[in-house]
Amino acid sequence: MQGIIRSSVYLPYRRLDTKEISGFFGAGGARTARTVASHDEDTTTMGVEAARPLLRDGIVIDNLSFTTPTPAYGDKNNASTLHAALRLDASVGAWDTGNSLRSSMGQLLSGIRQPTTTLLVSSDMRDGLPTSTDESNGGDGAAALILGMGTDEHPVIAEFVGSASLTDEFLDRWRNPGERRSRVWEERFGETRYLALGKSVFAAALENAGVIFEQVDRLIVTGLHARAVKAVGNKLSNGKDILRDELTGQTGQIGGAHPLIALSAAIEEGLAPGSIIVLIHLADGADAIVLKTTDAAIRVDAESSVATQLAAGAPVSYGKFLSWRDMVNVEPPRRPEPARVSSSAAWRSEDWKFGFVGSKDPGDGTIYLPPARVSRDSGDVDSMEPVAMADRVGTIVTFTIDRMAYSPSPPTVFAIVDFEGGGRFPVELTDVDAQRIAIGDQVVMTFRRLFTADGIHDYFWKARPVRLIDET
Amino acid sequence: MASHGIKDRVAIVAMGCTPFTEHWDKGLDDLIIDAATECFDASSINKADVDAYWLGTAQGGMSGITLARPLQIDGKPVTRVENYCTTGSEALRAAAYAVASGAYDVAMALGVEKTKDSGYQGLNAMNPPGDGTQRTLTAAAMFSMVAPAYAKKYGVDEETMVDVLAQIAIKNHYNGARNPRAQFQREVTKETILKSPRVAGQLGVFDCAGVADGAAAAIVVRAEDAHLYTDKPIYLKALSFAAGSGSGLNDPNFDYTHFPECETAAKDAYAQAGIINPAQELAFAEVHDCFTPTELVLMEDLGFAERGTAWQHVLDGDYKLDGALPINPDGGLKSFGHPVGASGLRMMFECWLQLRGEATPERQLSLTSTKAMTHNLGGYPGEMVSFVSVVGSELD
Repeated sequence: MQGIIRSSVYLPYRRLDTKEISGFFGAGGARTARTVASHDEDTTTMGVEAARPLLRDGIVIDNLSFTTPTPAYGDKNNASTLHAALRLDASVGAWDTGNSLRSSMGQLLSGIRQPTTTLLVSSDMRDGLPTSTDESNGGDGAAALILGMGTDEHPVIAEFVGSASLTDEFLDRWRNPGERRSRVWEERFGETRYLALGKSVFAAALENAGVIFEQVDRLIVTGLHARAVKAVGNKLSNGKDILRDELTGQTGQIGGAHPLIALSAAIEEGLAPGSIIVLIHLADGADAIVLKTTDAAIRVDAESSVATQLAAGAPVSYGKFLSWRDMVNVEPPRRPEPARVSSSAAWRSEDWKFGFVGSKDPGDGTIYLPPARVSRDSGDVDSMEPVAMADRVGTIVTFTIDRMAYSPSPPTVFAIVDFEGGGRFPVELTDVDAQRIAIGDQVVMTFRRLFTADGIHDYFWKARPVRLIDET
Repeated sequence: MASHGIKDRVAIVAMGCTPFTEHWDKGLDDLIIDAATECFDASSINKADVDAYWLGTAQGGMSGITLARPLQIDGKPVTRVENYCTTGSEALRAAAYAVASGAYDVAMALGVEKTKDSGYQGLNAMNPPGDGTQRTLTAAAMFSMVAPAYAKKYGVDEETMVDVLAQIAIKNHYNGARNPRAQFQREVTKETILKSPRVAGQLGVFDCAGVADGAAAAIVVRAEDAHLYTDKPIYLKALSFAAGSGSGLNDPNFDYTHFPECETAAKDAYAQAGIINPAQELAFAEVHDCFTPTELVLMEDLGFAERGTAWQHVLDGDYKLDGALPINPDGGLKSFGHPVGASGLRMMFECWLQLRGEATPERQLSLTSTKAMTHNLGGYPGEMVSFVSVVGSELD
C-alpha cells in the first residue's frame, strides 16, 4: 500500500492581529490574524520543526525532499541543513525540489508513487508590502509528510488512491527573484481559469481513483487566489458538507506549504477509516490527490498537534512584525555585529551545531554540552558516547534578561537549563514573554537562526517554553 | 599538586599607574609610555637596566612588539600575555617568576588596555572564527544570575539584597571619590543607584565596573637587591593562579553562589604566604568587583566571611575604609575603572601605595598589618580564571 505514513505541521508562535495594520496606515488589514515566523526563524528552521516529531521513533527515511518558494539560501541546498538538523544518515539523499507555489504538490504526487520512503517538507513565509492583501492574508508555517509503502511498525495512515494534474500557462501571480512582493494580474481572469481547471481536475482525479463524488468525505481546496479557492470549493462541494478550512482564518494562507498543512490538519482530524480525502491545489494549473484513511492509528503528540499550536500562539505587534520582515529599519542595538560563522568550523561540529548532540562519559554518566573529547572524571580521551539532546525536556534553573547583548530583536532572554536525564546548558530562550517565565518552567529545544552575517545564516538551537494549551 | 610559591624572593621596587578614564586624547602607545615613565621616574632604574619585559593586554595588540615599539626597546625579551581580565596579574606573575628563577635581575610587568576606541559601550571581545554556537551573552548577564541565586540560597529577602548590592557600590564610589586616579571620583546615593537603567537581570549601571582606558606597571627584582632601588620595597608573598575547566556551565551542581576557581586560587595563595586567617592577617584587600554581586560572593570565596554571611558584613560596614577589613580602598573596578589588561597591576598599585603609606590622606588606611592581597578574575560564573597575590612591606 502506498500513501502517507505520518504527517506534521509547524506553526510559529507569534500571531499578528491584522487590524493593527489599518490602525497604523489607515488602510489594509482585511483578516483577523496571521502566523508570524519569529526573527530567528526561516523556512529552513520551520521545516526542521515540522519534521522533528515524525522522526522521534527512529523511522528510516530514504530521501528528503524540501520545497519552499522563500528559501533561506539560493544556490545552496537548504535540504542539507534540514538533513543535518534531523540527523539523517549521510546516505539519505536530501534535495531542494522546487521553489514555486506548485512545487510541494508536485513532490507529493511524485513521492507518494515511489517504493522508497520519502520525507517531504514544505515551508513558506508569505510577504507583501505594508497594507497589501498578501501581507494580511499571508501566513508562515511548514508541514512534513512521510510518504511510502509503510511497514507493520510504521503503517500507512492515508492510502494513495488516485490523482490528476492539469497544467496551464497563464500569468496570475509572479515574483521576480529577490523581490519582497508578489504581483498579480486582474483577479477575474485567474478566477475564471482556476474555476475551469478545478472542475476538470476534480473529475479526472475521482475517475483515476475509481471514486464517485458521493464517496468524498473531505474536500480541501488551497491556492493563493482566494476568490478562486472559494469559488472552486463551493462549486465542487455542491452543497455537501465536505469542505473544510478551519486553518486559513487563523494562520493566514501559507503559500507553497499550505496544501500540505491543510492535508495534515485533515488527517489529524481523525476521520473514520475508509474516509476519502480530496486535496486540490490551484497554482499555474491544478493538481488533485485522492487519499483514503486506513485503520492505522494516527499518532500526534499533544505538543505538536495543530490544535495545540493554534491555541498556544501569542501576539506580536505590527511594528515588530515589520522590523522582523525587514520592511522597516529600526535602530540596531549599539553593539558590534557578530562575525560570520566559519564554514569549516561549522562542518566539524555538525552534530553539535545542527543536531544538538552532546557527549556522555560512560564512566560517571556526565553529559557534556558541547561534546568533549576528554573525560573530566577519568581523563580518558575519546571514550565518550554521543548523546542526542534535542528532544530532551529541560527545566529552567535560573534566567536573566540581557539588555546589552547583540540580538536582532533585543533584549535577549537567557536561561540555565537542566535536562531530563542529565546535562546542563546555558541557552537563549525564544518564543517567550520575559515577564511570564519563572524558575522551574519546562522548556524544549528548537532549531533557530541566530543571526546572519556576510549572508551566512547561523543555525543553532534555542529553548522555548513547553506549549501551554490551557492558559487563562 | 605542588605549588611552592616564591615567598619573599622577589620584590616590587617601582610602580606607575596612569589615571583610569576615557582617555580620548591618548592611544595605547601613550598609555604604555606614561605608565612606564612614571615607573622609571619613581626609581633609579632606567630602561637599559630592565632585562626582560612582560606586557599584559587583552586586546590592545599582538606580541611583545606592542610594548617594544613605543618604548623603543631593542633586542630584549619582550612577551605579551593574555588571560582574560587577569591579564595584568599574569604579566606580573611571569616577570616575578623569571626574576625568582635567576634568569634575569630586573624585569618589568606592564598592563594596558585601550577600551574606548571601539565606539561601543562596555567591553567587546574579538573572538576567533567559530561554529556560531558560542554564547553571545554579556558578562553583566552572566553575573546577574549570581544575585538571585545567592539571595534564594541564604534566605536574603529581595529588599535586603538590593540594599546589600547598593552598599557595595556606595562604598566603592566613596573610596574612588578619594582617589585622584579613579575614573569616577564622586560618591553616589542609594537613590541614584536604584534609579539607574537596568543592564542585565536586576543589575543596573551602578552595579557594573567602569569601562576605562589605562595602564599600570611594576618593576621587580630579587628581594635581596630591593634596597638598592628603594627604601620601601613590597615583597611578593604569594602569586597564585587557577583556571577552571568551564565545568560550571555544564555541571547541574553548580548553583551560581560561589566561584570555585577563586576559592582554589585563594587557598593556594594563603598556603604560599603562610596565612591562616586572612580576615585578621591582612590589612586590606583589592578584589575583582566587576559587578556588585561578584564582590559579595568573593568575600566568602576568599575566606573573609563564612558562607551565607557576607551580606550581613556588608550591611555592618565591615568592608568600608574604616571597617574591620577594608575592601577596594582605591575604589575597585567599580569606580577606578577597568581597562582589562591593566586592572591586575592597578590593584597591586594600591597595595604599593597603602603599604608604603603613600595613598592620598583621605583614603590612607591606618594599617593593622603589613600584608595585603589582590584578587583578579576573568571569565564568567562557571567558566573562570582567578589570580590571588599576597604582598607585604616586610620580610617574614
